[in-house]
Amino acid sequence: MIPRPRPERFRLRRTMMFMNAQKPGLIKDAYIYGCDSIMLDLEDAVAENQKDAARFSLYHALKTIDYGDTEVIVRINGLDTPHWQEDIRVCVAGGADGIRIAKCESAQDVLTVEKAVEKAEEEFGVEKGRTLLMAALESPKGILNAYEICSASERMLGVAISGGDFRKCMQTKPTPDGIDMVTARGMMLIAARAAGVQCFDTVFTNLDDQEGFEAEVLQNKAMGFDGKSLINPKQIRFVHQVFAPTEKEIIQAEKIVRAYREQSAAGVGVFTVDGKMIDIAFIPGAERTLKLARACGLWEGDLV
Amino acid sequence: MEILKPAMAGTLESSDAQVMVEPGEDGIELSLESSVMNQYGRQIKATVLETLERLGVENARVAVVDKGALDCTIKARVECAVFRSCGQSAENIPWGGAVK
Amino acid sequence: MKNAVGRDIPDFLLVDGKEVYQGKNYMDGKYLQKAAPKTRRYEKPQESKIVSSLVDALKQCGAKSGMTFSFHHHLRDGDFVVNMVMKAAIEELGLEDLTIAASSLGSAHDPIADYIEQGKVVGIQTSGIRGRMGEVVSKGKLKTRAIIRSHGGRPRAIEAGEVHIDIAFIAAPTSDCVGNCRGIGGKSNCGSMGYAMTDAKYADHVVVVTDCLVDFPNMPASVEAIDVDAVVVVDSIGNPKKIASAAARISQNPRDLMMAEDVARVIASTPYFKDGFSFQTGVGGPSLAANLFLEKYMDERNIKMGWAIGGICGPMVEMLKKGKVGKVIDVQDFDLDAVNSINQTPNHFEMSASQYANPANKGAFVNKLDFVVLAALEIDTGFNVNVLTGSDGILRGAPGGHPDTAAGSKCCIIVTPLIRGRMATVCEHVVTVTTPGDCVDVLVTDYGIAVNPLRPDLIECLDNAGIKHVPIEELKEKAYSMVGRPDDLQWEDEVVAVLEARDGTILDVIRKIKPYTLED
Repeated sequence: MIPRPRPERFRLRRTMMFMNAQKPGLIKDAYIYGCDSIMLDLEDAVAENQKDAARFSLYHALKTIDYGDTEVIVRINGLDTPHWQEDIRVCVAGGADGIRIAKCESAQDVLTVEKAVEKAEEEFGVEKGRTLLMAALESPKGILNAYEICSASERMLGVAISGGDFRKCMQTKPTPDGIDMVTARGMMLIAARAAGVQCFDTVFTNLDDQEGFEAEVLQNKAMGFDGKSLINPKQIRFVHQVFAPTEKEIIQAEKIVRAYREQSAAGVGVFTVDGKMIDIAFIPGAERTLKLARACGLWEGDLV
Repeated sequence: MEILKPAMAGTLESSDAQVMVEPGEDGIELSLESSVMNQYGRQIKATVLETLERLGVENARVAVVDKGALDCTIKARVECAVFRSCGQSAENIPWGGAVK
Repeated sequence: MKNAVGRDIPDFLLVDGKEVYQGKNYMDGKYLQKAAPKTRRYEKPQESKIVSSLVDALKQCGAKSGMTFSFHHHLRDGDFVVNMVMKAAIEELGLEDLTIAASSLGSAHDPIADYIEQGKVVGIQTSGIRGRMGEVVSKGKLKTRAIIRSHGGRPRAIEAGEVHIDIAFIAAPTSDCVGNCRGIGGKSNCGSMGYAMTDAKYADHVVVVTDCLVDFPNMPASVEAIDVDAVVVVDSIGNPKKIASAAARISQNPRDLMMAEDVARVIASTPYFKDGFSFQTGVGGPSLAANLFLEKYMDERNIKMGWAIGGICGPMVEMLKKGKVGKVIDVQDFDLDAVNSINQTPNHFEMSASQYANPANKGAFVNKLDFVVLAALEIDTGFNVNVLTGSDGILRGAPGGHPDTAAGSKCCIIVTPLIRGRMATVCEHVVTVTTPGDCVDVLVTDYGIAVNPLRPDLIECLDNAGIKHVPIEELKEKAYSMVGRPDDLQWEDEVVAVLEARDGTILDVIRKIKPYTLED
């Protein structure tokens, strides 16, 4: 049995890769591709009559496979199905880092799941509050309620939009410039930032259209997403490249953090770096840049 | 657990195993086919028997067709087949208890 | 007696000057007495050498029981000729005690397993053996021990007279009426005929079997009429669909691509990666995909590949046409792109198996190779590779050019997933050593890279390039931690096949496998 460290609510999540929890050949080592999080799927990827089998597979995978630093999140079946409660029990018992709530539409949905998670944590002797949650917004109602969803629980790590279902509701199709979802993406991002949680974009499903994929990732980065859901390992590299800080940003961040440490030790609150006014408000951003740089293999310092 | 009706779990895809259980009378009657028989046959047999024992299955005919599955997959397939045969695979599984 | 790779070779095999494997280049500088064939003079001008049937050809060549017939494997799994000839010899002429000396055999030759079981075929000498034939030989049904050689070891053995070919049967996509053969221009095209060339020169008799007769002279000929006794025209020599695939596609499997990218990074980190470098790659998923990533590094550094050899397929032809590689010299073609290019695209040439890989001639192409990228069924912590026997101990593979290119090249890279299903590819001891560890330099897996400690220079290259690598033992332990430690295979004493190193020494033996029981 592999003991997993306590999940971190805020950590690097540039890439979340979906994997069918029912396929032993896939889940045994999905971490080798270097994505930040693996999303083991009990929902759409698993046929209705194999939901039970997928849970047994998932349980033993969680218990025996060493996923290392890769975060393991499980997408459970929707609250309108007969499966979600047992899904939650197996996730908690197996020690998944987080649960992704499919088709989340309200704070109440989050609370319903949270209650079941709490009960399962008690049943299986898991530390209370260990299991994180995230919500997938798949409908207009979910988007409109994004802020209450994001702030519904201390366990919430973030929200993701799910393009397939959302576009169906909106009667749109994917467009090259992303105009079909730009409003929803923007609303979700604002809500997530307001609530202080992370925000992830939907999958890009046409594996043959690398150009389209790259354009979407660049837009994601520009809009302020923390990361993206993926369906194939070959998509990981580009996302990590795009989400990596530039050399200039890294140097600047290092200077800010270093200067802040020195100045605050000397009791100074506001100071300048390269002629720019800096105070404590800049520190979290600079530290995040350095952590990201380290994860991208671009920086080896020990400031953070 | 008592095997009530024939049940199956798993597939014949590479890295998977297909497990079939049927009611039996005289202990565990195991038939095993494996693509890695010469190196892992005994280990697979031991895993299957241990899993059945943990589930308290005493009498059953069990047929395993293994396509190079890891131990964790073999366990999962045996457990699923047994719970299905009792009509109990959908909820209240004893995770971490008899299933571990 | 234990050989240099730690394999116990029974003393009864060490007769008539046979030695155990002593390490690479052991035979360097020694002299070789070549064996000449006894051939018939055709002094009187002949209008045509066409005979009406295989039986007539066999009769004309004095076929009798106890003879050795040779074949090439350019028609791969589409080949009809081996079965056709053996059927004529055994069922129509009633011959027995025959030996098949083929450059390789595959599942197309399953019917030969019956002749083995009937005791009609008593000897097999080949590079590859698969399917039912592999099974019956592994079960000890062949009367003599099979002999397995590499693609370079085979022409060496033929030239040295260790294999004496009584009649060579040359499957030819096209031939003229006197036996000038080519691999193109017909309906069952295979491109290069490199593996047939030594046979034609060293066999007492040569019979060409074709399904497409063309006007004299069929030029430039791969096998020349001066060596041919008879030409037989049949309806079909093979199934074109199985001879050459439509086009070898570069794998889209993310695991293959990830490993291929690492292979290219390793190559680019060495001093051999400079303008004019030479390269060979297998056609397996990750090996072939390495082409793709290598091209990126070549563009980046503005360098070109000097030449490439091997079994060739489309992606390499594509690079030739784009001017990214100077010359392509090939002994075998794997897809139609390559078949249609050889001797047609400027700078795409054909070579013989001896020219390709024979360690006993005066300098084969493999000796000038900078890089070779190869697959493996298994590789052990001594970097010994197995590409012949399955994890169950049954013959189901081929050394092919693996040991030859590994030994000749400056940097031999093995690329393979760490585990396949439940089998650990990186293991403690391979079932059979087909390529000795002293010829293998780098291992690339999906779980990390290992460098042979015999190559501190390459370790330094990788370190300088910031490419992480680990001791191979670590990869083995990782594999076992996932799949569990396998039981050792249980063998009988009986040796069913002898595996020769390319230099003719004995590298390993394959014994009969004991039936497995589930009881401890």
